Amino acid sequence: MSDMAFCYIVPGDDFTRAGEASADVKSRLKMLGLPTDVIRRVSIAMYEGEINMVIHAGGGEAEVRLDNGAIYMELRDRGPGIQDLSLAMKEGYSTAPENIRSLGFGAGMGLPNMKKYTDRMEIESAPGEGTTVKMWVNCPGI
Amino acid sequence: MTMADVKRVLNARLICGEELLEKEVHSACGSDMMSDVLAYVKDQSVLLSGLVNPQVIRTAQMMDMVCIVFVRGKEPDPMMISLAESCGIVLMTTEHRMFTACGLLYENGLRGGGMPK
Ligand SMILES: Nc1ncnc2c1ncn2[C@@H]1O[C@H](COP(=O)(O)OP(=O)(O)O)[C@@H](O)[C@H]1O
Ligand SMILES: [Mg+2]
Repeated sequence: MSDMAFCYIVPGDDFTRAGEASADVKSRLKMLGLPTDVIRRVSIAMYEGEINMVIHAGGGEAEVRLDNGAIYMELRDRGPGIQDLSLAMKEGYSTAPENIRSLGFGAGMGLPNMKKYTDRMEIESAPGEGTTVKMWVNCPGI
Repeated sequence: MTMADVKRVLNARLICGEELLEKEVHSACGSDMMSDVLAYVKDQSVLLSGLVNPQVIRTAQMMDMVCIVFVRGKEPDPMMISLAESCGIVLMTTEHRMFTACGLLYENGLRGGGMPK
């Protein structure tokens, strides 16, 4: 299974379509017969990341690779970047506007959830340049 | 209980997923904040929500939940219904408010599915 990769463009202008990439990854991992809890953790982490790209960064690109015993997710955007990473990682911290909260997001739980469900997470972000989130979920045997 | 029991207890109207109603469900979760739902994976199978947009269906899909109950008589649009159908998720709507709907299901044996970690 090594070397398998899936790539997606995540449109930034349509909140109703957010999650399509994560849903596609989920169904592909299911077809590969990976363990349910691994698939769920990957799906949730990627979905939160995808939502973040849509609501905070105007969309971006997602790439998922099965590689060396882990499922690797990379979410890249050219949005405003994250000013203070340690603040952004705090549960409950959110800069999401009210209209996003009324859609059920913006509780400031996304990044903490992504960290919780993955085995490793790294964020590279510079104000004005965008954000890249890298996440790994271990899955022995792939 | 089965999803057919959920429907009966809540006096709910089925929107889609008739063929799945005999499936057993053991736990539920009620929220309008999707990240809260996503924060506590404990094999919940039913999501109760007053929120109506496609991300409610997506959230249930990511969590492997099999049933969404919209409270306060909320109605999903056709796009949400077809998304739910393609994911194999049962949709229903009840006139009860969130607190009452959760209480009725709890009283009838549904649980919250473990404490958050
Ligand atoms: N891709 C991103 N681009 C810019 N800012 C981001 C991005 N992802 C997260 N952030 C910032 O980090 C904060 C916390 O993110 P998160 O924990 O997902 O909470 P929420 O999305 O509910 O606001 C966001 O409110 C936002 O300020
Ligand atoms: Mg978020």
